[in-house]
Amino acid sequence: MAQLFTKKTQAIFWNNNKTAIQRMLDYDYTIKRETPSVAAIVAPTSSNKFEKFFYGSDEIMIPLYKSTADAKLAQPQADVLLNFASFRTAYDVTMEALELGGFKSIMITAEGIPERLARAMNAHARSLGVTVIGPATVGGIAPGAFKIANVGGTIENIVQSKLHRAGSCGLVTRSGGLFNELSNIISLNADGIAEGVAIGGDRFVGSVFIDNLLRMEANPEVKYMLLLGEVGGTEEYKVIEAVKEGKLKKPIIAWCIGTIAKHYDSGVQFGHAGASANDDKETAEAKNAAMKAAGIHVPAAFNNLPEIISGIYRELHAEGIIKDIKEPSLNIVPKTRRSKEFICTISDDRGEEAHYCGYPISSVATPDTGFTIGDVMSILWFKKRYPRWAVDFLETVLKTVADHGPAVSGAHNAKVTARAGKDVISSLIAGLLTIGPRFGGAIDGAAKYFKYADDNKLSPQEFLAYMKKEGVPIPGIGHRIKSLKNPDLRVEGLKKFAKENFPSTPLLDYALTVEQLTTSKKENLILNVDGTIGILMVDMWRSLSYADDEIDVFIDAGALNAFFILGRSIGFIGHILDEKRLAMPMYRHPMDDILYDVQKAPEL
Amino acid sequence: MAQKAIREYDAKSILAKHWDKYFPDFTYAYETVIVQNGSELKKAAKENTWLKDKKLVAKPDMLFGKRGKNDLVLFRDSKPGDVTLAKAVSWIDEKSSKEQSVYFSFDGDTPVGEAKVDMLTHFIVEPFTPHKQEEEYYISATCVGDADMLYMSAEGGMEVEEGWEEKVTEVAFDITESEEEIAKKIKANIPKDVAKEDKEAFTKFAIGFFKAYRELNFAYLEINPFVLQGKKIELLDMVAKLDDTAGFMMVEEWGNVEYPTSFGMESKSPEVEAIEEADAKTGASLKLTLLKPDARIWTMVAGGGASVVYADTIADLAGIEDLANYGEYSGGPTTGETKFYAETLLDLMTRKKDAKGRDKILIIGGAIANFTDVAKTFTGIIQAFENYADKMKKIGIKIYVRRGGPNYEKGLKDIKEAADRLGLYIEVYGPETHVTDIVRMALAK
Repeated sequence: MAQLFTKKTQAIFWNNNKTAIQRMLDYDYTIKRETPSVAAIVAPTSSNKFEKFFYGSDEIMIPLYKSTADAKLAQPQADVLLNFASFRTAYDVTMEALELGGFKSIMITAEGIPERLARAMNAHARSLGVTVIGPATVGGIAPGAFKIANVGGTIENIVQSKLHRAGSCGLVTRSGGLFNELSNIISLNADGIAEGVAIGGDRFVGSVFIDNLLRMEANPEVKYMLLLGEVGGTEEYKVIEAVKEGKLKKPIIAWCIGTIAKHYDSGVQFGHAGASANDDKETAEAKNAAMKAAGIHVPAAFNNLPEIISGIYRELHAEGIIKDIKEPSLNIVPKTRRSKEFICTISDDRGEEAHYCGYPISSVATPDTGFTIGDVMSILWFKKRYPRWAVDFLETVLKTVADHGPAVSGAHNAKVTARAGKDVISSLIAGLLTIGPRFGGAIDGAAKYFKYADDNKLSPQEFLAYMKKEGVPIPGIGHRIKSLKNPDLRVEGLKKFAKENFPSTPLLDYALTVEQLTTSKKENLILNVDGTIGILMVDMWRSLSYADDEIDVFIDAGALNAFFILGRSIGFIGHILDEKRLAMPMYRHPMDDILYDVQKAPEL
Repeated sequence: MAQKAIREYDAKSILAKHWDKYFPDFTYAYETVIVQNGSELKKAAKENTWLKDKKLVAKPDMLFGKRGKNDLVLFRDSKPGDVTLAKAVSWIDEKSSKEQSVYFSFDGDTPVGEAKVDMLTHFIVEPFTPHKQEEEYYISATCVGDADMLYMSAEGGMEVEEGWEEKVTEVAFDITESEEEIAKKIKANIPKDVAKEDKEAFTKFAIGFFKAYRELNFAYLEINPFVLQGKKIELLDMVAKLDDTAGFMMVEEWGNVEYPTSFGMESKSPEVEAIEEADAKTGASLKLTLLKPDARIWTMVAGGGASVVYADTIADLAGIEDLANYGEYSGGPTTGETKFYAETLLDLMTRKKDAKGRDKILIIGGAIANFTDVAKTFTGIIQAFENYADKMKKIGIKIYVRRGGPNYEKGLKDIKEAADRLGLYIEVYGPETHVTDIVRMALAK
């Protein structure tokens, strides 16, 4: 892996750090990435399903997951974890990601992870070949391809420091704050950086200078390297070794900060936790001298760094090793943006012609298009075009539930309202308002409970026991007059259609075993029409390869009842028009049909 | 700073608290008290009757070693092992009544270098434990590079550092090694000189010791010496450092542990303590060290790396005699936090005029920030200016600012306007100026 990141790299961002994520997306937009660099956000305590971000002036939604495992399952292509957990949880988050696998690199921002945990985490990642950037880092960048979180600061600074496209320097620093500064210095004195990593300020960090420099040595885009070290530790000596052994051949510029530390004893902590010399070898001066002796380009002081950089750059440029860069065209992130209040993902009326999920209305409206009302339902309700058997089933359901006579509560209400002189819409709403747990609502309930029983592999006996414990009669079971011997023909029709047309009907098969048990107790405890519809809907969605949690979302959203609402509206409107045609007078309920039992209200 | 030294008393208390877990085959009496003066010791004797019944050893417990060579271990009155409670009380009162000189390194018995002079404030008192020299052993553990090291020697006592190579067995462990691997390795490396009849016990103790070092998040743990008498262990002298980043996991395990400043270090000024307190409460970072409070150049620099670069540059161009402080603020402090930090510095800076009558220099420096809102932090600094402008003018202060990052244009404009309005001398630079160039400019004036 010569390159840490490419223009296709996507990350899972642990913690919904909106500012940092927005900065990444602004960067993506600026450099014209095809996909956002953040594929998913892990937010364990959020109940939202997505978070909105700007992409240019538009908005996009990035999915939110409760765990790294869920995020990785949904976004397997995302092979970078940006671990923004606190120092208390950063270790657990990293270890979980390493167990899950599929991550090439993990960046950890927390400062002050307990040392033993940091060491164990780093060693484990190393043994699995996963590159750890940090802990205690701002991250890294592959200009023109992928930028971690806040690296580079604002988008204006990024462009100013030429971090929007690859240059030719490989930059490794310990300090995150000076990372930007060096990018700026390199852009002013050379052509910018090809890849840069701030390895982190804690005493124990994952990838160290040598790991990053060796990778950059192998990266053809990197022509020379700049290392900014610090007083304390011996990591710079590994670099010196590699130079001596010929493993690092590209020119290296290096400087260790903290030369002041020699004037003070160890009581004064200059800079990071990792920055404390325990030994003469670990002083900035000793390391600078040793690097210089090994042939690394070491300036006289930090102030002289610019001239060394421009010298090396000009030399490599004159030799033709560094070519001139054609500046790419950039998108400009708008200065003011407004977040949208509403989101629509099913239809769009902004073009020449309105679309249903990408289908112009004219392409679905007339019979010659091959689209029926079931097709339109499938794309507007479920955002997918269903195969013919499923569309036929949706329509079968609508037709089956369209009406059930004038006596049911909804139809009765609609009729009474119409006779009170109200219009169609008022009367229809009066009817619809009765739909709920006792009228029509059994579809949702049946789907929910039978699916629960099947998911949990409950035997029919266990299922009955469970429902008894819940104190709920099984939704979708029972009919006023129908029984096994005198079956409901609507149910028979649905079952027959499903058997002949569905690829499989496991939940219906299960429900029929339950029915055998219930009817053995009482004849009319049959699977009724609500139950059959709810159960077959689940079977349909399973055959269409929807995941269980997606089906649960449909059920929770009330999509099943929606079929009843839509279908029965046909019947209600029929009854309302019937009343209007007949010009029936105001209805008053006969008094002799009411039991009056009114006591005088006691005074308290 | 992750590794912090703790008192010998606390180190023993932590081990004692978990003794049965790590050393189930041994007993440790844990007869030890810590006192600040003689009367505290007398009071302690009411609860700890052994202080009256046994002969005692007393020594300062203030993070420094070589107490024997500094003649600061009380174990004899007229002959070894005859120290009574009364003697210990009077000795502690005597030693704590005036400043003492302590040498930190010795060549043989001759002190090397300069002595540190300070008051002795904490003493540890324990029973005198008669034992034979061959019952004394040495053990310590720490982390070197990426490995944990265990050091064992059959020769305990204060001479162990002389002749380390011959006397001490070193064993290195990877962080990934399992408990079984560790135990096997320790077993295979027990120093040859350990008495034959002690070998098994030593091994058990060493395994428990190393496990305690790891699991209790010690950064350094040394017992020199411990006395092994069958099943009985005495911890005669201990040195320990904790990895304080593990503090949140070790609340129960460590108990109420204190991190004292080392002997001879100037005690922290109230200002530095206030900054430390503020730092502990915020997610941002606020650090301050006073180097030479009378010096001329003060720094208020954002960022750990940048602050070091500024300190380096000032040391190079002006010399360390001119650098008053070292410190940094970073990680997006709030306006209020920055104001507090700035006021603390301005307060310290405006107490005395420069001895040579020059203007003082305030370097408000920083690299190009990643995410800290420059304008927001500068608002805090401006508020501090408003409160200290009169004092600043009286002392004479030239301010040099260099900063980049989010909202830096506004930040620079605001601070320039505020300084001009308040009549303060200021020069303001952005990312087009090399980060440390303001130091050169300030000194050129």
